[in-house]
Amino acid sequence: MQALIRSYLRHPSGIIGLVILLVIIALAALAPLICPGSPWDSVGQPFMPPDSPGLLLGSDSLGRDIASGIVHGASVSLLIGCVSTLAAVLIGLAIGATAGYLGGRVGDWLMRFTELFQVIPAFLLAILVVAILTPSIRTLTVAIALVSWPQLARITRAEFMALREREFVQAARCQGESGMAIVLRQIMPNALSPIIVTASLSVANAVLMESALSFMGLGDPNLMSWGFMIGEARTMIRVAWWMSAFPGLAILLTVMAINLVGEGLNDVLNPRISRR
Amino acid sequence: MKNFITLPNQQNTALLAVRNLSIELPSAADRDRAVDDLSFDVREGEIVCLVGESGSGKSMTAHSILGLLPRGVRTLAESSVCLAGEQLVGLDDARMRALRGHDVAMIFQDPMSALNPLQTIGRQLAEAIRLHDGGRSPARDLDVRCVAMIGSVGLPAAEQIMRSYPFQLSGGQRQRVMIAMALINGPRLLIADEPTTALDVTTQRQILDPVRGMQRERRMGVLFITHDFGVVADIADRVIVMREGRLVEQGTREQILTRPAEPYTRQLIDAVPGRRPRAGAGVQGASRRVTPPMLEVAGLHKTFVSRSGWFNPARVVVAADNINFVVRAGETVSIVGESGSGKTTLGRMIMRLTEPDAGTIKLEGRDLLRASGAELRAYRRQVQIIFQDPFASLNPRQPIGDAIMRGPIAFGMPRADARALTASLLERVGLGAAAIPRYPHEFSGGQRQRIAIARALALQPRVLISDEAVSALDVSVQAQVLALLEELKNEFELTMLFITHDLRVAAEISDRVIVLQRGQVVEEGSSAQIFGAPQHAYTRQLLDAMPGKDIFVHPGDAVRSACGHSSSPVV
Repeated sequence: MQALIRSYLRHPSGIIGLVILLVIIALAALAPLICPGSPWDSVGQPFMPPDSPGLLLGSDSLGRDIASGIVHGASVSLLIGCVSTLAAVLIGLAIGATAGYLGGRVGDWLMRFTELFQVIPAFLLAILVVAILTPSIRTLTVAIALVSWPQLARITRAEFMALREREFVQAARCQGESGMAIVLRQIMPNALSPIIVTASLSVANAVLMESALSFMGLGDPNLMSWGFMIGEARTMIRVAWWMSAFPGLAILLTVMAINLVGEGLNDVLNPRISRR
Repeated sequence: MKNFITLPNQQNTALLAVRNLSIELPSAADRDRAVDDLSFDVREGEIVCLVGESGSGKSMTAHSILGLLPRGVRTLAESSVCLAGEQLVGLDDARMRALRGHDVAMIFQDPMSALNPLQTIGRQLAEAIRLHDGGRSPARDLDVRCVAMIGSVGLPAAEQIMRSYPFQLSGGQRQRVMIAMALINGPRLLIADEPTTALDVTTQRQILDPVRGMQRERRMGVLFITHDFGVVADIADRVIVMREGRLVEQGTREQILTRPAEPYTRQLIDAVPGRRPRAGAGVQGASRRVTPPMLEVAGLHKTFVSRSGWFNPARVVVAADNINFVVRAGETVSIVGESGSGKTTLGRMIMRLTEPDAGTIKLEGRDLLRASGAELRAYRRQVQIIFQDPFASLNPRQPIGDAIMRGPIAFGMPRADARALTASLLERVGLGAAAIPRYPHEFSGGQRQRIAIARALALQPRVLISDEAVSALDVSVQAQVLALLEELKNEFELTMLFITHDLRVAAEISDRVIVLQRGQVVEEGSSAQIFGAPQHAYTRQLLDAMPGKDIFVHPGDAVRSACGHSSSPVV
């Protein structure tokens, strides 16, 4: 474990990603301290440009502080992004690993089930689920997890199918290791890199999808989020660019940071790269 | 050793003159220079074999001639490589491209990765011509030339081959297509980089014969890279021996093979397997007491049916067709045959990795095909396997110590004991306990195979199956691993089933040999019988195809030595 951390610390782009991500997490955690009060409150004149007195990033059409919105929105974006991806990874790994390792009829049926989700356009399905279940942070997470797992399941299955036939897996079978031990010890570590990369992209995707749902007015009505801010600002982009630019920048930075961390993890977990 | 270079007239007649070739490696490599001050000639109409172990710089030398060195590796300034008087070092890209495939052609070890999987053979061959004639030849001429070329490398049904895709051909056919492609523009020099390594003997023969034939016919110079002195004995006119980037010695084939000046050369020649056929089994088997049967295989059948679609006819491959044999306790039995003969499937069926269609496999009288659950695990403990590819048979993400101790732990050994056992086994196979936390990629092929052996022995098996365990290794490493297996066999009282395509290896290690062809046992007998007096035509064919048989293997020896000293230890 220590060796892993040490080798991660030598990974330059991974460090950059981690630092950005930590800053965003800190902002989210310390939101009440940095920007006390509700982000929904009007604190000044509407349409104030950035760097106005007391409004670092300007204000929106109702005089709300953009900076406060971004800081408070961070926790919503991160929470939904991470929790939904975690759920998607768990479902995807379970279904993909079972289908890939067992193969045969069970594998076929599991894949037909996965395809059922894949043939419905992901965003439409998410809208449908949120609309039926009434928008809240919980239903948003469920909806996003529900549309992101099939991709992970397919990748996991493909990796497992390829690795199952490899000689070192056969050797482990000959050594009397149980099926579970083979899956966890032999196949999983080797299947992990594409799964990690996909999962980190999937966190980014979830942040974007939350933004898109909020943009369409399907966000949690009680919570400020980046997507909601951009949605609000879209009609005013020519008179008040800062209203959409800063939340957009926040999404960009978060997505990039998560991708960099994913890439770093991937390299560190590969002994061929990390142990040179 | 390099005083020969001063002879001026030799330089004139040489097709390829390499002088003071030095290739520098990037600073992180294990030595400064891949090749150090190497000089040699290849004359017209001559086959020069460049011999050495992996890492000796022989491939680097070949690649540097065509300017194909990997990034970060460069040729030093004093080096000179002349092809018919033209300096190749520092040649510009356009001229080098014109030379490649036209004046100098190259064939590689892996024919699958050297052919485009999405184009027919005919198209790829025609492209090789078109690249060098500026597209002037009319399409019909191209076809005629391609068909003639395919025919001349000994491939039947040339028209059909032209329409095939690489995946539809066997390994040997693909390699012959590669030769056809290399020779289609009539190059003056052919560079062959281990083109027969890892091919079985008959396929190897199908590669060596056309190379030799075409070379004679066209008076071509050939630089043939190999680590196998058997191949050298078959085709070389002259031999160059390299070690760690330096020239060890060079000379004519007879000189090097029969009167090598350097001990290193001697050592490489001695490593060729099959030179010391096993004596233990004796002609009458008099010295050997008859032990109870360990493994009994009876009436084994297995047919693979692969369907490529609902309406396409299924492809049927018979891997086992009524196989019967008995392996007695303490015996080493070799299963030999070409690729596709079903020998690997047989090993897998004994391991219960592949389920047979019918038949019985008994271990000490107990039927294993009925075993399941706990019984199957207990059985697996007693029969262990070493796979062919040491790079694929170890988990790249698992430290090797872990790989070895997992087995005993799975069978309930306390962790500390398993660790101690692992350390002693690693010590025993010559790696040392310090290797425990290291990962597979830090080891060479031979070392990995030792690790795989340690892993198999960790469960204290009764039977050890070796599935081509030494085929992918250099000849000298092969000899060491074979010797290790032989020692361990006696030490752990193992019964060994040795699956191999290399009859020389089988001759060296086994008491008895079983010859398999298309899933059928065609001949079975003691090593001396099989090698001294083969009965079946297929066995004779395999024996004939053995590389270097004229110089290295004298079948009569096996019979003679069998009567003499018993079980000579392998060096």
